[in-house]
Amino acid sequence: MSFLSVDNINVFYNEFQALFGVSMTVEKGETVAIIGSNGAGKSTLMRTIAGGLIPSQGSIRYDGADTAENSAFEMNRLGVALVPEGRKIFPSLSVEENLKIGGYSNRAGQWTLEKVYELFPILKERRNNGGTDLSGGQQQMVAIGRALMSNPDLILMDEVSLGLAPIIVNEIYTVVRQIAQTGTTVILVEQDVNRGLKEADRFYCLLEGKVSLAGNPADVTQDQISKAYFGL
Amino acid sequence: MQWINTLVQGILLGGLYALYGTGLSLIFGVMRIVNLAHGDFIMLGAFMSLLVTSMLGLPPLISIAIVVPVMFLLGFLLQRGILNQTIGKGLMPPLVITFGLSIIVQNVLQMGFSADSQGLDAGALETASIPINDQISIGIMPLITFIVAVAVLAGLQLFFNRTKVGQAFRATSDDPETAELMGINSRQIYALAMGISFAIVALAGILLGIRTNFAPTDGPARLIFAFEAVIIGGLGSLWGTLAGGIILGLSQNIGAQINPTWFQLAGHIVTLIVLAVRPTGLFARTRDS
Repeated sequence: MSFLSVDNINVFYNEFQALFGVSMTVEKGETVAIIGSNGAGKSTLMRTIAGGLIPSQGSIRYDGADTAENSAFEMNRLGVALVPEGRKIFPSLSVEENLKIGGYSNRAGQWTLEKVYELFPILKERRNNGGTDLSGGQQQMVAIGRALMSNPDLILMDEVSLGLAPIIVNEIYTVVRQIAQTGTTVILVEQDVNRGLKEADRFYCLLEGKVSLAGNPADVTQDQISKAYFGL
Repeated sequence: MQWINTLVQGILLGGLYALYGTGLSLIFGVMRIVNLAHGDFIMLGAFMSLLVTSMLGLPPLISIAIVVPVMFLLGFLLQRGILNQTIGKGLMPPLVITFGLSIIVQNVLQMGFSADSQGLDAGALETASIPINDQISIGIMPLITFIVAVAVLAGLQLFFNRTKVGQAFRATSDDPETAELMGINSRQIYALAMGISFAIVALAGILLGIRTNFAPTDGPARLIFAFEAVIIGGLGSLWGTLAGGIILGLSQNIGAQINPTWFQLAGHIVTLIVLAVRPTGLFARTRDS
């Protein structure tokens, strides 16, 4: 039994269907990348796993339990944390309050406010700033730190490199690797295909709401990926 | 000297209006719901106190210990049972439901207490005052009301800034979807917010009932004052609501000083001027997406 198994799910936004029969499995401790073009359904899949959307069909099993109907706050309490696309920092809360609210579920584990500050020392300097008064890279650090504060067993990272300078992206991914090394299971969404394949043990490529290719990055050719990505 | 007295009374009256407005502003700030039955719940608080004082023979101020928790629970259950069903379905359903609740509360109160005006009997406290000089004296009840309003606002500020649940309120107000990702059950937060709003409304109703007579159909007029305090002060700002209440109280008292029939009119005119000049209110903080 896989740590996470998504089986044949359909997901709708009102009348619009975003996912068609998507299945995926993730083992404990793996880093899995989800790649695909804009509108392929990557963020929808992440939000569905995190409980923000309920599939109309299919099942999701996480850590041995059927979680398809769970809402987001229940998934957080079970150890699933999502770093949302666009960071979604709370503007009324300071940097430190944003981090603390990430620990709202009181899950025990290695991550504490001090540990997050060790990971991102700049945030300690900025802890009394408003959450949205920071640069994009620093806001991304807040979003990742906030997710870590819930001591997740599974962390979902949606486009953590979007809009950031290459040097900052490298910094962020150094941290992502550190997080994965602690045994946390990671699912990444990346628009930068090479980056996604480089960081992951396995990948899934989505095309128009369906899985078009999946496997080990070392086992596929550039050509196969182009076909799966663009649907040519 | 007459004018100084008018100003002092106006400021103290602002405390009562701030209590009206705080609950309304809290509910709108956290879940973007406009509670049209807010004024009727103020009256419900007053009548509940009347019931408790007449049944148990307690003084009205002591009845706070019973009425406020009961009203908190009522607000909590109302949100959990009914209003949470309307979340995410637009502005209209909660408006219609609270409009209906307003009619229901008024009619239930008329059935239970008749349409007559009632008063809470606080004995000598009702008319007691501290004489400052031979023309100015400060009524004890208005002073207590003002102090209660300041204490409620200070308590709310501490709650929002210092407690974990208070921070969850602010996070939910900013972005409920992302707040849920943090493990916050927004429906639980909404129910707590309505409970707190009801508790404040109960305080306002009891203090109102000691100062003046009240009737089951007085709610909508109270709702207008609550709206005006919030509009002048600006949504989402706790101390802005107090400032809004004070400006409203001052306007009404100054209006009445010029011509006794201008009491309400002056308040409405000042509200309209603020709406025209600064539609977000003087101290707005709530961000809307």
